[in-house]
Amino acid sequence: MQSVQATAKAVGLPYGVRGILPILLAIPVIGLAQWLLGGLPFVVYIASIVGVNLILAVSLNIVNGMTGQFSIGHAGFMAVGAYTAGKFSLHAKDLVISHLPAAMSDQVLFLFALLIGGCTAALCGFIVGLPSLRLRGDYLAIVTLGFGEIIRVILQSTEAFGRALGLAGIPQWSSLFMVWIWAFITVLAARRIAGSSHGRSLWAIREDEVAAEAMGVDTTSYKVRAFVVSSFFAGIAGGLFAHFVPIINPGSFTFVKSIEVVVMVVAGGLGSTTGAIVASIFLTLLPEALRSAFTAISGNAEIAQRVDQIRMPIYGLLLVTLMLVRPQGLFGNRELWDVIPRWIPRRRRAA
Amino acid sequence: MADFLQHIINGIATGTIYALVALGYTMVYGVLKLINFAHGDVMMVGAYVGYATALKMGPGTRTSFLGAVVVFLMSMACCAILGFLIERLAYRPLREKPRLTSLITAIGISFTLEYGFQLDIGFLPGAAPRAFPEIIVPTEWLIIGDRDVVLWNWQVLSFAIAVALMLVLQYLVFKTRFGRAMRAVSFDHRIAALMGIPTDRVIAITFMLGSGLAAGAGILYAIKDTIVQPLMGLYVGLKAFVAAVIGGIGHVPGAMVGALLLGLVEEFVVGYTSSTWRDAVAFGFLILVLLLRPEGLFGRVTAEKV
Repeated sequence: MQSVQATAKAVGLPYGVRGILPILLAIPVIGLAQWLLGGLPFVVYIASIVGVNLILAVSLNIVNGMTGQFSIGHAGFMAVGAYTAGKFSLHAKDLVISHLPAAMSDQVLFLFALLIGGCTAALCGFIVGLPSLRLRGDYLAIVTLGFGEIIRVILQSTEAFGRALGLAGIPQWSSLFMVWIWAFITVLAARRIAGSSHGRSLWAIREDEVAAEAMGVDTTSYKVRAFVVSSFFAGIAGGLFAHFVPIINPGSFTFVKSIEVVVMVVAGGLGSTTGAIVASIFLTLLPEALRSAFTAISGNAEIAQRVDQIRMPIYGLLLVTLMLVRPQGLFGNRELWDVIPRWIPRRRRAA
Repeated sequence: MADFLQHIINGIATGTIYALVALGYTMVYGVLKLINFAHGDVMMVGAYVGYATALKMGPGTRTSFLGAVVVFLMSMACCAILGFLIERLAYRPLREKPRLTSLITAIGISFTLEYGFQLDIGFLPGAAPRAFPEIIVPTEWLIIGDRDVVLWNWQVLSFAIAVALMLVLQYLVFKTRFGRAMRAVSFDHRIAALMGIPTDRVIAITFMLGSGLAAGAGILYAIKDTIVQPLMGLYVGLKAFVAAVIGGIGHVPGAMVGALLLGLVEEFVVGYTSSTWRDAVAFGFLILVLLLRPEGLFGRVTAEKV
């Protein structure tokens, strides 16, 4: 981001434009991708899943990585976002905003739905965070887990949310563009937070909570804020998810989903945004790639299903091995651009 | 009134099973300050070992007293070994690392066991639940009125086993040399090592004890539910942990009381509202307890050392 800002400064753009420059740059790029890939439904679907997982991993990284807390209930916030946005869209799908073409009006409503979902999730994050972030480490983990489960049980036993069957018929408004622009915004927000004085306070809490408090950091307040931001984006991810899968049900938002996201964050390196990005893309595509490869080789879907079954134990083993071999994750708390120069041999760098 | 009594009986029966698992949690947390997330899954493995042993025995032998004892001992021994292996391979190398890494490893182990057992490759059983062979023929131990309140023999048995094991544990922790070593390790494992206590061995034995108890709980749970399935340990494990926290983690009788309390609360909420709330009750109760009394019912408040 620094380089972008430096460029902006050099170009002499006004301050307000400088702030949103990355987004202005991203819009045409993602728009182009949408235009190129829009005709391939399977690619769009996979790319959307990757995008949603990326948002989840990057947002969880704000709490688990930067602040050093351990939340394992991220799927709960995702569920809140998904159900709120989905419910809104179900009610709003026949509405058309006047003076706008139908497609445009849908997208505006979709944006509303996402924001409502995100804000509700953020509110939940606040409600959960305020009391429970006074707790430490293990206790916090178990409370976030409990919260995620409570959300799931509530969804499962409320008539308005379709009980175990879930919500069906949510308009499929999502597009590659929408998912990836949100992924981009999430990454941007995470990076901006990391670089800000707010982020420095979060790092301080991560390194040593008592010392941070002694230096005048209001630890509880900062932790709650990190939690709220993180759950907002989880809610957005849920909202996006609800608009491109045919049906959402409580089974999509279990403890397992939360752990999947935790694995992405841990594998990428706690505190590394680019690590979370790389890990989420890799870990989402890997099973898909394996499944496609096996189907292509053997020509039957049964082996592919077997691979899908084997994915979860491998996840578990991967997590254990990773902790034993490289407890700091792929990138540690550094970013991609801090790591890559080390991989290039010294001689070549000198030349 | 009959309903009420029946709920109390069922609640205590569930609570005793939670108690056995919670004791393992509390002991491991006591010595290592680690939430052993895999503990519930060790219980699941115990139930499966019991299942396999009972099947091998055939219907005649397994219902005999000796047969049942062998089933219990076999599964406890296997789980003790499993607990030892988990500790040796996954937790010991990380003991000096931040606690978060061990917690993540624990989740990893738990995942591997849960989903590993869902595969149907080799000896692994597959995801479908299986009927647990009757090693105790269920008979009514006590009937009040016109079958208004029924107390089953396995309910009495599991309560008796749980209480007996807890007493043994209490004796072990407070009256033996090993118990003293365990308490020393729990207080400060570095200083304990300096005093000549073989901390590695103490921790390993603690893990084995806890896993053995979990195996016993697994069989009792399988008898209660009449099935075994790979995910049976997930919620029981979590709830047992909740019970341990409610009682004040690291406190042996506290875990027992917490578990019985949780069993009763759960049974009453489910009994008077709807069974869909079963899994939410424990966590709601936990959050309540953590907010009102974070150290648990019997725990001590400890100041953070800098």
